[in-house]
Amino acid sequence: MESLEKSRARRAVAASLCLLLAAVGVVVFALNTGSIRLSPLNVLSTLLGNGTEEQELILFEYRLPRIIITALAGIGLGVAGAVLQGVSRNSLADPGILGLNAGAAFGLIVFVSFFRSMEGPTALLIPMFTFAGGVLTAIFIFLLSYDRNRGISPIRLILVGIAIEAGIGAVTLFLSLRLDEDIYSFASRWLAGSVWGREWIHVGSLFPWIALLAPFIYSQSKKLDVFALGDELAAGIGSRVTRNRIVLLASAVALSCASVAMAGGIGFIGLVAPHIARRLAGPQHRYFLPIAGIVGLLVLVTADTIGRSVFQPVAIPAGVVVALVGGPYFLYLLFKIKF
Amino acid sequence: MNDRQRWRVVIWFLVAFAALLLSMFAAISFGAKELTLQSVWTAIFQYDKDDTAHQIVQVYRLPRVLGAVLTGMAFAAAGALMQGVTRNPMADTGILGINAGSAFAVALSFALLPHLTYGQLMLLSFLGAALSTAAIVLLGKATRGGMGSLKLTIAGAVISSILHALSTGIAIYFELSQDLAFWYAGGVAGVRWEHLKWLAPIVFIGIAWAIGMGRSITSMSLGSVTAASLGVRVGRTRLLGMAAAVVLAGSSVAVAGAISFVGLVVPHIARRLIGVDYRLSIPFSALLGAILLVWADFASRMVNPPREFAIGGMVAMVGVPFFLYLARKERREL
Repeated sequence: MESLEKSRARRAVAASLCLLLAAVGVVVFALNTGSIRLSPLNVLSTLLGNGTEEQELILFEYRLPRIIITALAGIGLGVAGAVLQGVSRNSLADPGILGLNAGAAFGLIVFVSFFRSMEGPTALLIPMFTFAGGVLTAIFIFLLSYDRNRGISPIRLILVGIAIEAGIGAVTLFLSLRLDEDIYSFASRWLAGSVWGREWIHVGSLFPWIALLAPFIYSQSKKLDVFALGDELAAGIGSRVTRNRIVLLASAVALSCASVAMAGGIGFIGLVAPHIARRLAGPQHRYFLPIAGIVGLLVLVTADTIGRSVFQPVAIPAGVVVALVGGPYFLYLLFKIKF
Repeated sequence: MNDRQRWRVVIWFLVAFAALLLSMFAAISFGAKELTLQSVWTAIFQYDKDDTAHQIVQVYRLPRVLGAVLTGMAFAAAGALMQGVTRNPMADTGILGINAGSAFAVALSFALLPHLTYGQLMLLSFLGAALSTAAIVLLGKATRGGMGSLKLTIAGAVISSILHALSTGIAIYFELSQDLAFWYAGGVAGVRWEHLKWLAPIVFIGIAWAIGMGRSITSMSLGSVTAASLGVRVGRTRLLGMAAAVVLAGSSVAVAGAISFVGLVVPHIARRLIGVDYRLSIPFSALLGAILLVWADFASRMVNPPREFAIGGMVAMVGVPFFLYLARKERREL
């Protein structure tokens, strides 16, 4: 037992280190790419304060905020997906597929209709609105897929989520059309998953959510492990199942809604990242949760960079790139897993 | 079928037909410029090309409304066919990803072959629909022990979202978003007579074909073993039924975009009103589908003029609650 535990820990640490290195590499590469290229050395010297004015402008005003937002959102979505899968014991769970993104979009449109602007200090409030939209959607999905006798069947949860996504997406577009034309086109681009946050204020509005919730969820790793045993056994060994479930679900919803608030409706990362992480580090949450976060970051930053650079001069939304990889993976899981 | 049932069916058909005619007239009369019923009537039957009201009717409103009628018929009949041959109550060409396949093919041809004629575009659209249908069927076959209808529905939805992502990517890359975005969400605003010339014969032939298969499909709804013992060639019926659905959905998507949920909602209502005999419920679904889309199109241009709302979104707001209701009901049957 002892040695198994040790080898797992060693593997997890090794995997995290490799992934961290890869993540640093991807971020540096992402900082290089764009309509004006900056070499890694230029990036480094500009970061240290020795760049030309133009380089500083590009790096600090355009690229850095966007890449930080992408990275944070990737972490948030990866961890949120892992929690959703753990708590619902459903390996197909993902904030996008379950319709939480659509709920967040709804919250965003409500925000826009109140404040009329997505920049300036009020942007700090955006994640709260998307969180509210996400929580309402989550409650809705839960009520619709819950059965008093059988609980929640995994496949029905997904089905309800897909339908809710279509429905709330339509309602959101409808409301945004009634507001005005710009908001309508913003909402449709958002739903396609393009990273729109470009300003430092958007970084500031996303950062606290990730910085508080990701460590909190990590501290709950043991409780997440217990869910794998099933509700009865978990209650039998003294876990307060319902309370833990609500707390963890709420923090996962908050994490994913804050992430998509700034990054656009991106699906499938919360699905793919935990699966990869579990392969690398085994089923214990304290090992694979951080890896899920890093994988999320890697995937989203890579997708955004590909979308920005490969198809220049146009930019393909990161959500489109992720869906092309994540969708087939979802199908593979759907047919592999027995329900 | 006894006399009473027969009368019931006849009356429902008459009611639906009358409702469709009334809806069409209403949709033609009201709009940015309101027209009297009388001028609509004369515009259709005694066209005077110097009269602006007549021009509005002939050039814009009439083709648009006829487009809604034909695509509504096609989507509803295709949905009824899919539900019948797959025995999946949640089948719909939109939800199963068939529409997305044909929309993807159309997006691709907009980008790479911009000078196609309308007939060629439709052919490619069929091809896209056929390929995504094949993908779903093969996935279902590849799963050990077959696939439950819920799982198949989810697979379709995910295939549809992958294809949607691809189409979005193509639209943005080739800078077609302006042309494609609205079209992708669905809309009959751009329908003109030359589109209808292609669409109308295909839709009517497709529906006639479907009705011709009605008897076999009705037997198949009893289960494939029962159907086989009644002399139905199950595999052939399934293939031909899906082919008809592909033709109907593909041609409509090429004209009006990928509209989901029509084929889901309408056949259920039709079966409830006139029973499970597909020889009757397919044409009746077609009538109801036409009514639904005429109203959805009407609503989508009336909610916020002069801007138009995507007709697919309009239908989704009705279709999603219905889908959720079916998903709940399905639980009891599983």
